[in-house]
Amino acid sequence: MAKKMHDTPNLDQLESGPWPSFVTGLKHLAEDKDYMVDLLGQLEESYKTKKGYWKGGTVGVFGYGGGVIPRFTELKNEDGTPKFPDAAEFHTLRIMPPPGMHYDTDTLRKFCDIWEEHGSGLIAFHGQSGDIMFQGATTENVQKSFDEINEMGFDLGGAGPAVRTSMSCVGAARCEQSCYNEAQAHRAVLNTFLDDIHRPSLPYKLKFKFSGCPNDCMNAIQRSDIAVIGTWRDNIRTDEELAKKWFAKHGMDELVNDVVARCPTKAFQVKELSKIKAGEHTSTVAVNDTHGIEISNQDCVRCMHCVNVMTGALAPGKDKGATVLVGGKSHLKIGGLMGTVVFPFIKLDTEEEVANLVDFSERHIDFFAENALEHERSGEMIERIGLSNYLDAMEIEVDPAMVNSPRMNPYVRTDGWEDEVAKINAKKQAA
Amino acid sequence: MNQAVQAAPAAKRKPKETGVPDNTKYLHPTLLKNYGNWRYHDRPRPGVLHHVAHSGDEVWSVRAGTQRQMDVHTIRKLCDIADNFAEGRVRFTIRSNIEYIVTDEKKVAPLIAELEKSGFPVGGTGNSITMIAHTQGWLHCDIPGTDASGVVKALMDELYDEFRREEMPNRVHLSTSCCEINCGGQADLAVIVQHTKPPVINHDMVANVCERPTVVARCPVAAIRPAMVNGKPSLEIDETKCMCCGACYPPCPPMQINDPEFSKLAIWVGGKNSNARGKPTFMKMVAAGLPNNPPRWPEVGAVVKNILTVYKEDARPWERLADWIDRIGWPRFFEKTGLPFTKYLIDDWRGSRYNLNASAHIRF
Ligand code: HEM
Ligand code: SF4
Ligand code: SF4
Ligand code: SF4
Ligand code: SF4
Repeated sequence: MAKKMHDTPNLDQLESGPWPSFVTGLKHLAEDKDYMVDLLGQLEESYKTKKGYWKGGTVGVFGYGGGVIPRFTELKNEDGTPKFPDAAEFHTLRIMPPPGMHYDTDTLRKFCDIWEEHGSGLIAFHGQSGDIMFQGATTENVQKSFDEINEMGFDLGGAGPAVRTSMSCVGAARCEQSCYNEAQAHRAVLNTFLDDIHRPSLPYKLKFKFSGCPNDCMNAIQRSDIAVIGTWRDNIRTDEELAKKWFAKHGMDELVNDVVARCPTKAFQVKELSKIKAGEHTSTVAVNDTHGIEISNQDCVRCMHCVNVMTGALAPGKDKGATVLVGGKSHLKIGGLMGTVVFPFIKLDTEEEVANLVDFSERHIDFFAENALEHERSGEMIERIGLSNYLDAMEIEVDPAMVNSPRMNPYVRTDGWEDEVAKINAKKQAA
Repeated sequence: MNQAVQAAPAAKRKPKETGVPDNTKYLHPTLLKNYGNWRYHDRPRPGVLHHVAHSGDEVWSVRAGTQRQMDVHTIRKLCDIADNFAEGRVRFTIRSNIEYIVTDEKKVAPLIAELEKSGFPVGGTGNSITMIAHTQGWLHCDIPGTDASGVVKALMDELYDEFRREEMPNRVHLSTSCCEINCGGQADLAVIVQHTKPPVINHDMVANVCERPTVVARCPVAAIRPAMVNGKPSLEIDETKCMCCGACYPPCPPMQINDPEFSKLAIWVGGKNSNARGKPTFMKMVAAGLPNNPPRWPEVGAVVKNILTVYKEDARPWERLADWIDRIGWPRFFEKTGLPFTKYLIDDWRGSRYNLNASAHIRF
């Protein structure tokens, strides 16, 4: 039994209503823990005054420089003592999840036992970067809980100017759209940078995210410095049985209005069967005895829409791989940036091909470490120096797939034009 | 207890730098068996995905909402359900929903009944409004202007029915962020703190806790200057330049940006993460000045519900919020939602000219 609860008239109002209540959970923990009684006390105070009361500090585990988010209370009595002394320290451990966030219950129960003993008993599945967030431990108990979690085979994630924890989608484990082994790429890349995860020493944070197809379930393009997005080069695959089944259920109006009209490049057409033309770059499939689909794959931008609507009837091709974009980030400091294509297509089938991605990542991080200003993300660095300079440094050949359009202003020195053309021609001839 | 004994160097354990763990031992056996070989899926009812593999194997995934910040008792309850129904395996989605996988269709209905009986709503699939991506808030961040979990709880109570149905035009992803840094991320609709007054500087503290050049460099509009105040090194803000973003606050806590009255909430719409149809899009601010009103933020809830209701009625199948607005245009968006279009919604940041209408394309 813990000490008496503080009155929490504001938080109490978050116990009603049908959605699961975190307040009810906090109160349940407070039945046995003075720690949580006082945590509720401080949180209620925030609800009353509309102010936060945590400040950072330095708390870590032996051997690492990051991964723990320290929190000390700033809610003090006049004599400087904490108003809620039992919750004066409330640190978080960021723990990296397995790819796809799969668990067995043994593991989850062990997490619970460890965190009930050494911590608050509050765990978030998951933070927006993907970490399992073990929220609330005293300075003394941070090391104890980390040691036990680490013995289970789990490791701290990133914080500060470091390579950050990553996420990959469910992908190959249960999604028919998956175009590469997300889990393999995720682990191969991240586990190369354990030093940069655990000992923050980069100019600023650096995030990888892995999505198995252009649906980008991990929001990689908008929020990771390096986004690996599955895609394919050959033709969309078709399955007549499933196409006919889809059509029987949904009919011509839906096929026309929901698919044909929504194909962004008009690569997708519905035609009478007799007018459908097969071809090297064309996918065709009948939807009934009179009509069928014809997709011009050279015009298709692999947006996924038709494949999503008619899952199974249409499917990504067989020559799969990924598009890599660099430089996505949120607002700070120059405004939100999306990633920019630097590799329109890479293969990721073999270990060697995955190693190429790892190699690129290493070269990017080296360049970032040397060239980014303090507190500058990859995207800001590239914006400052220009994409061409970045590509030169990374020895990546320019490709029109990297731009929305060529330049719209004349403000560029082009006296190296002939040399560039000669290089391109020489390469063409060598190929 | 004797601290010195406890801290003896020999007691220090070196971390095992194991990194990201292998997930194969956590995968449901049928997922492992058919890894990379799935053929298609359908959704027999809201909250259930039915996947069919090329091998002919089938799995049903039942998705349920959680509060994300979970106490161990809740997690153990979720584990009991997994042990009873789903071979002791679970997975979480990016939006903190939990998924159970079963290979026997007959287990789906009792699993759903058990989850709902235990207070976990089943839904969040397909064209539903799924769980909100949320941040730390007053519970754990050191810079929040508002709470995160409380806002999410209050909104999800309102959106509960839409979580459990699939009646929206397309999927709806929401996020909330308790400062302008926006850890919650891009979404179809986002609720984000928007400060309206420059930071109030606590000059007594600056000299002790801030690296002044760092703070000066952090400001996106170069509004901060080093200054001597009362004979001590401090900082000053050019209030005509400051746009109240709060970026100076994390490196320098004396830059007190949070204010119970003047830290407001803004609503953003039209972020789209996926490449489906159009390219991914960033969200746009459509409302601001909403009061930070815990514990249930009713004014925010009303605006969110209004926008989503209008979208639900007006959008065509498969139109995400961004696609819908692309079709009807911004004037009609503001007309239909009744939201005022103020001058503050005209972009004047970098690249803003691309957000202006340079054509005679006007809808009447
Ligand atoms: C100063 C204190 C800050 C705190 C306490 C904080 C806290 C957090 C937390 C807990 C997460 C989730 C992390 C996880 O999943 O493990 C997160 C994610 C995130 N943070 Fe922060 N953050 C802070 C500063 C910043 C700053 C300065 C920026 C931007 C420049 C930022 C941008 C983000 C973004 C964009 C995400 C989402 C991550 C993703 O989508 O990958 N945060 N933050
Ligand atoms: S990103 Fe693509 S492959 Fe990955 S889970 Fe989403 S739809 Fe499936
Ligand atoms: S995947 Fe290709 S064919 Fe299908 S809708 Fe997108 S662009 Fe059109
Ligand atoms: S959005 Fe801001 S206040 Fe909220 S958790 Fe992120 S950094 Fe902290
Ligand atoms: S609030 Fe933003 S604009 Fe204002 S001084 Fe701080 S960093 Fe600069």
